[in-house]
Amino acid sequence: MTTTRVAAPGDMADAARRTGRRAPRRGVVKHGRATPWLFLAPYLALFGAFVIAPVVLGAWISLHRWDFTLPGKPFVGLDNYQALFDPDSIVFATFWNSMRATGIFTVASVPLLMVLPLLVALVMNQKFPGRNLFRAVYFAPYVLGVAVVAVLWRYLLDNNIGLINHYLGRLGLPSDIAWTTSTPAAWFALVGVTVWWTLGYNSVIYLAALQDIPRELYEAARVDGANTWQQFRNVTLPGLRPVLAFITMITILASANMFGQSYLITQGGPGRETRTAIYQIAETGLRNYQMGSAAAMSYVLTAFLMVLSVVIFWLFRERKQR
Amino acid sequence: MSTTEQTSPVRDTGSARATRPGRARGPDTGGGGPRTVLRYTLLILLGLLFVSPLIFMIVTSFKTRGDAGGIPPSWIPDPFTTQAYESILTTRGTPVLRWFANSLVAALANATLVVVTAALAAYALARMQFRGRNLVFGAIIATLFVPPVILIIPNYLIVGELRWLNTLAAVIVPTAASAFGVFFLRQFFLSIPDELEEAARLDGANPWQIFVRVVLPLSRPALATLALLALLTNWNDFLWPVYVLFSPEMQTLPAGLSTLQSANAVRYDLLMAGAVIASVPVLILFVFLQRFIIEGVSRSGLKG
Repeated sequence: MTTTRVAAPGDMADAARRTGRRAPRRGVVKHGRATPWLFLAPYLALFGAFVIAPVVLGAWISLHRWDFTLPGKPFVGLDNYQALFDPDSIVFATFWNSMRATGIFTVASVPLLMVLPLLVALVMNQKFPGRNLFRAVYFAPYVLGVAVVAVLWRYLLDNNIGLINHYLGRLGLPSDIAWTTSTPAAWFALVGVTVWWTLGYNSVIYLAALQDIPRELYEAARVDGANTWQQFRNVTLPGLRPVLAFITMITILASANMFGQSYLITQGGPGRETRTAIYQIAETGLRNYQMGSAAAMSYVLTAFLMVLSVVIFWLFRERKQR
Repeated sequence: MSTTEQTSPVRDTGSARATRPGRARGPDTGGGGPRTVLRYTLLILLGLLFVSPLIFMIVTSFKTRGDAGGIPPSWIPDPFTTQAYESILTTRGTPVLRWFANSLVAALANATLVVVTAALAAYALARMQFRGRNLVFGAIIATLFVPPVILIIPNYLIVGELRWLNTLAAVIVPTAASAFGVFFLRQFFLSIPDELEEAARLDGANPWQIFVRVVLPLSRPALATLALLALLTNWNDFLWPVYVLFSPEMQTLPAGLSTLQSANAVRYDLLMAGAVIASVPVLILFVFLQRFIIEGVSRSGLKG
């Protein structure tokens, strides 16, 4: 039985050689039945223990009053979820306030992180001396990570001694803006810092996609008399469609996960206005040890994001068919 | 063009386009003139916006306490001093050197684990035929779209059960199952010509020998790219270490920076010194291996 199994891939490889490089390149390796699973085992062990098991365990926890510090963890059915949707419960206000914070941040940052990196990529998508240097410079903040970026900007945004207020004053603008302790200034600060931090990341992805658009398409458009804008509208944008969908997705997911900026720059303040959902979930579950409630929150947030993903895929697919 | 790119994810971005001189788009075809001036002006202004905060961070780390809080802020330390570094390196509550070592150990161990497990799995998924292959691959890819927030609470409990809380294992192992890594390496392995493995097979090599002697050496650029991305991600990870590492000497650098900030709210000289220490290794990696890192990131977009 093992022999017949191994014979098949070998035959396919022979066929592949005979018909040239077009034949399917699958299973050229001769192997026993257990071999693929031995190769997969280390990854699947990690994957099972820290990805699959947690998804199931999280759902289980959310059905219990699971307090890390208490001995009993009674089953409470959907009570944790009900509390999140009951305006009279204690968690209602904190949870939806944090969802609102995540929503504000996502709505404000995603369009900027879609458009600005595209503009940068368009300028960079031309051959000129120093191009790779600029690309590296714009990308540099991303490699520093959120903690360094946030601690640095907490300083630059300091109400009294920060560079930002200092230079605003020099320009004759108000120089006493409380960037870290008042809204809406704090939202401008958090969104601005995030754009500064991740603009280069999205630009690099756009740039790679722009370079994959065949030049012949632009030449053909030019022969047809298309101007720069028409070329962008009819050649560049359609060519970028798959990557636009991808960038929208990863940017929304990243924005919905915003934590470090708020934790280090505004400490969630003023009050709890900039405390995002993931921040609230971590505090509820890992500081106050109300893990049942926190797990329910994370499932509600995830449900939101899943619906959003489906909508985005649908939007981009719909346009493709037109 | 996309095929050539796949076979060599780290190709020189310049050389592939060198055969097609001229601009990729737009009607401006002149080499000099006002458009070029405008472009460079824009690029340089934007560049300053990205570089100047980093320069100010480094400048401030060499200032005295008073100078760092001075008004107006100055771009030159007066006097130039290393006392901020001396201070944070010797204060007992903020063992920065220990954090540095923790971060280094965690990032190296995590990157190794990511590359080894992903390479093995990706090879099976790219080159072997077995029942359940599509199911396994589909399940791994599906988790690329699972928001990580859902894993925080249960993984804390799992890590707690394993007695890993407040140990480096907590920041090394749970994030090592990289779905992106499997996807990325599988793509690469698929682009390696069959003939090379076929030849080894005819020489009597078994799958393990083919993997180690033929596939891995050919995949060095891809493995390096994945290792670098994993290294950076782990070095910079913030939320998870903040909550799973509690004692001062167990922190990684990003979590430590948070500790440093709550202990010295407005001692910006100290905070900038800490931020510089956390940045130096990644900036060095970036300067020398920029191409691998940027190519790796740009490649991640092509799956869309």
